[in-house]
Amino acid sequence: MSDLDGFRAEVRAWLEEHAPISLRGRPGDIFHGHWGGRRGGFESPDHERWLRLMVERGWTAPTWPTEYGGGGLSRAQDAVLQSELRRLRLPPPLIGFGLVMIGPTLLEYGTEAQKREHLPPIIRGEIRWCQGYSEPGSGSDLASLQMRAEKNGDGYVLNGQKIWTSYADESDWIFCLVRTDPAAKKQSGISFVLVDMDQPGVTTRPIKLISGASPFCEVFFDDVKALARDVVGGENNGWTVAKALLRHERTMVGEVFARSVMGAEAELLGLAREALGPAEGTLADPLLRDRIVQSAMDERAFMLTIQRIQDAAKTGQPPGTESSILKVYGTELNQRRRELAVTLAGADGLGWEGESYASGHLALTRDWLRSRGNTIEGGTSEIQLNIIAKHVLGLPDGGAR
Amino acid sequence: MKLALNEDQRLIKDSAAAVWKDRGAVERLRKLRDAGDATGFSRALWDELAGLGWLGLPFPEELGGVGLGVTELCLVLEEAGKTLAPEPLLATTLLAGSALLLGDSDAARTTWLPRISAGEVIATVAWQERARRDEPLSCAAVARSAGDGRVSLHGAKREVLVGAQAELIVVVARDEASGQLGLYAVPGDAEGLTATPLVRVDAFPCARIDLDGVVVASDARIGGAELLATVLDRAGIGLAAEALGGMSAAFEMTLGWLRERRQFGVPIGSFQALQHRAARLYIDIELCRSVVMAAARTADQPGVPAAALAQVASLALARTTDTFLRVVDEAVQMHGGVGMTDEHDVGFYLKRARVVAATFGDAAWHRDRWARLAGY
Ligand SMILES: Cc1cc2nc3c(=O)[nH]c(=O)nc-3n(C[C@H](O)[C@H](O)[C@H](O)COP(=O)(O)OP(=O)(O)OC[C@H]3O[C@@H](n4cnc5c(N)ncnc54)[C@H](O)[C@@H]3O)c2cc1C
Repeated sequence: MSDLDGFRAEVRAWLEEHAPISLRGRPGDIFHGHWGGRRGGFESPDHERWLRLMVERGWTAPTWPTEYGGGGLSRAQDAVLQSELRRLRLPPPLIGFGLVMIGPTLLEYGTEAQKREHLPPIIRGEIRWCQGYSEPGSGSDLASLQMRAEKNGDGYVLNGQKIWTSYADESDWIFCLVRTDPAAKKQSGISFVLVDMDQPGVTTRPIKLISGASPFCEVFFDDVKALARDVVGGENNGWTVAKALLRHERTMVGEVFARSVMGAEAELLGLAREALGPAEGTLADPLLRDRIVQSAMDERAFMLTIQRIQDAAKTGQPPGTESSILKVYGTELNQRRRELAVTLAGADGLGWEGESYASGHLALTRDWLRSRGNTIEGGTSEIQLNIIAKHVLGLPDGGAR
Repeated sequence: MKLALNEDQRLIKDSAAAVWKDRGAVERLRKLRDAGDATGFSRALWDELAGLGWLGLPFPEELGGVGLGVTELCLVLEEAGKTLAPEPLLATTLLAGSALLLGDSDAARTTWLPRISAGEVIATVAWQERARRDEPLSCAAVARSAGDGRVSLHGAKREVLVGAQAELIVVVARDEASGQLGLYAVPGDAEGLTATPLVRVDAFPCARIDLDGVVVASDARIGGAELLATVLDRAGIGLAAEALGGMSAAFEMTLGWLRERRQFGVPIGSFQALQHRAARLYIDIELCRSVVMAAARTADQPGVPAAALAQVASLALARTTDTFLRVVDEAVQMHGGVGMTDEHDVGFYLKRARVVAATFGDAAWHRDRWARLAGY
């Protein structure tokens, strides 16, 4: 029995014994689960127990070092743990931007003191984080950001505004890009700073999305204080850190969409049969049938590409350029699927709310609308294509546009 | 199933790249075409491929092969595809070779596979009668009892790869009595068999085959409809690998041009309209690479169910045929006027992509089959 097999047996036995029965068969994903934080309530006592159990083993952040409370697992062991969680179809005990964005970035760029202060509360689900990058005048051209941080004694005073900040109204801390040297050129005057949102001068105002939900906010900073020790990567060196975090974010987004596209064929086929009939045999509408096949094939090709990237990494090959395609393709794939789903549903896919529509159909409408943001958030598709063209294909800069 | 190359596979790929490239890439096909060469490929190179063991890559060692699989052969085909090499590796080793390897006849296997591996025999399968692939397969060619346990074959086949040069042609015909499809191993010089070369747009060797009472022994039958399905799927996966090579080369050529060609005082590759189109082609090519790798590995899984093989073959062909066509259309467009000239190599890829798409069924056909296999 190899070490990994032994580990699998141990994990399986432990999960069988401890994982709450009520949560088995209720898988979540990176956007559906317990977000933690000072304000985060639990869906049920079992959800709370599940988090506590996993925190004890460090398995909310399985690959992070044990000295900060992480699980200290290798990537291979983590893969085993994840597959055992999937086997029982258990939800992740904890999700959030602490785990997938700021945590990995601190591990890479944080000082020892920053890691000791910020990683344990993330792992234990005590502090929820949000991402303060975009501003009203600075989206794709992020480095043009204007929010100011002025030196004041042992810290900084922050003034300005962030926008599109997902879950700002439910978060405890925000990682912000701020301008610390207005005289320097664009990228060079930026710092990456961690800010406690529980203080005077921080105001969040939710913004309603076309899908009806209000997951993101405007955040206003009016003489807000930040400590010098909460600058990551050094003053005026924030751009490097910001880009590293974006890499973690895009990897995460790619993986999310990989998982969310799984089972597209079955979902679409179910909707098609419901709307078009017959129950058996060829679908009545050949064009819609062809679109379902395309969706299914796109999904398979995408999943295989993710597997190829992972397999190459496992054999120790240097990371190839393929991962740059995941964000663009994964998000567009999800959009096509959501679009096809409402198309297949016909008038059933038009409901906004009310008892006259089945809840599953109402979700179709909302999911379709929300999916339009996939190619904008985390860097637009156009920006990703720019990156591929320049950094992967080596095409020259600076042409007439 | 691991979607990564091991050390041996990497070596095969590298040496395949070197072998084809050393020959002068598209230049070689151009010369053969312009000379109206009757063979249509290089016999000398064919001997060299035999020496490298590639003609018998997926055959067991006791039959003169190397004992590897479709996965390794696909690496060679991909590199061949980059240079549009017309050597009939796909027809010989993957079409006819698979029919013999997986067929019912031990005698046929032991007679032909060592000779194929040694480069002594060019082989192919004659299966197509209609312009478009159909299902069930149209087959008017018949196998008629000719007494003494022999059968005679009657009918006509089109688009037979390397049909005029092949020393062995596996002919698909319907048993007149039972109505069952059969695959019959027929020597290329059999009496009553006429091969008429077809001059196609890609300049690869191909022929029409007429069978006018070709008499063979009854043990020439090596299998039926199931064997044919497997053979076409294995070869389809090989063709997808070749297409992957072709699209990669046409894309590389285009990237080179985007960096080099200047207009408005700057390289045309700095125009964002072209950059984004190039980036999208890159994405689609990478997706093709994943499905080709997965399909080849599926073909190598022992006892893989026919439906599973058909599904990945359709996935691979649907994606690669469409993407190859899109890449070459864009390649010509981004080259501008020079892309329309016969003197430029890019047009050869355009023509090859069209042939590839119509060889084992186009993308629409494969999507339809995918749905049928999935029951909708
Ligand atoms: C659902 C959602 C959640 C989000 N969550 C967060 C968050 O938590 N934190 C945060 O900081 N931000 C968040 N964002 C903001 C997001 O990162 C930005 O919206 C995004 O980067 C685009 O910026 P913009 O909206 O200013 O659009 P713009 O940059 O103004 O872009 C407008 C259009 O112009 C195109 N464009 C811009 N520049 C170029 C170029 N060089 N070449 C070609 N085309 C170009 C864009 O692709 C786009 O189509 C979120 C956005 C959404 C939709």
